[in-house]
Amino acid sequence: MKGLPLIADPHVKIDMLSQPRYLAGARAMIASVARRLGFREADCAHVALALDEALCNVIKHGYEKREDQHIWISVWPMEGNCCGIRILIEDRGRQVEPAEIRSRQLDDIRPGGLGVHIISQVMDHVEYNKREGGGMSLLMEKHMAAEESMPQARKEPA
Amino acid sequence: MANAADDLPVEVEKQGEAVVLRPSGEIDLGRSPSLRTSISKVQSNRPQRLVFDLKDVPYMDSSGVATLVEAMQVARRYHGSVVLCGLHERVRSIFEIARLDMVFKIVDTLDEALQA
Repeated sequence: MKGLPLIADPHVKIDMLSQPRYLAGARAMIASVARRLGFREADCAHVALALDEALCNVIKHGYEKREDQHIWISVWPMEGNCCGIRILIEDRGRQVEPAEIRSRQLDDIRPGGLGVHIISQVMDHVEYNKREGGGMSLLMEKHMAAEESMPQARKEPA
Repeated sequence: MANAADDLPVEVEKQGEAVVLRPSGEIDLGRSPSLRTSISKVQSNRPQRLVFDLKDVPYMDSSGVATLVEAMQVARRYHGSVVLCGLHERVRSIFEIARLDMVFKIVDTLDEALQA
């Protein structure tokens, strides 16, 4: 894995089946975690959207819509100089060269092919890698704006 | 494997030459096929104007957007139009990120959509 070593155990780790029915649960989980880490609501929504799009890509392209496969989601809070959230999505699906993962041209108006673009727009760091032993991994980070990264994280709405 | 949880309720209402589709719930990869089925049924009658009232759609991902792009392309083939209204901020945001806010006709209210 380039760049950011993932030494510590994740604070959250989820093993989900590659079924679209679980996307809503994954979105709710990550938005809730982001909220408790202090992200503002719009950014929580973007983090949830990025996770959704990433999972959709695994289901559609990595596993070609097979529903009995596993996807692993790991989450770390980012603290210190750069506060935020780090999310790792791993699968055992079809491998592709990371350099070949790109969005379609946006002026080519047609259904599909937007997920990669959306992820790159709403997250601050996005890194695709081939996993040893098969499958792909996607590391995504969302950093907090300075005014959000206060010592006390925001309270969850009642 | 589709199940009842993947069904997206869609209210369909005819208003003059327009047909209003009012889906209700989050639209993601699990539910966009259900929306596509509802749209196909309506578009088989080639309505001149198709209005998507999205006031009851709090969330949409790119699979939902792709379904609406497909509907727009089908409508264009028979010289019909597609108008979106009632978008929540989160939903509008995905159209902006995908730069489709300039491709779709997007208005605030149903009245505007029916007159667009």
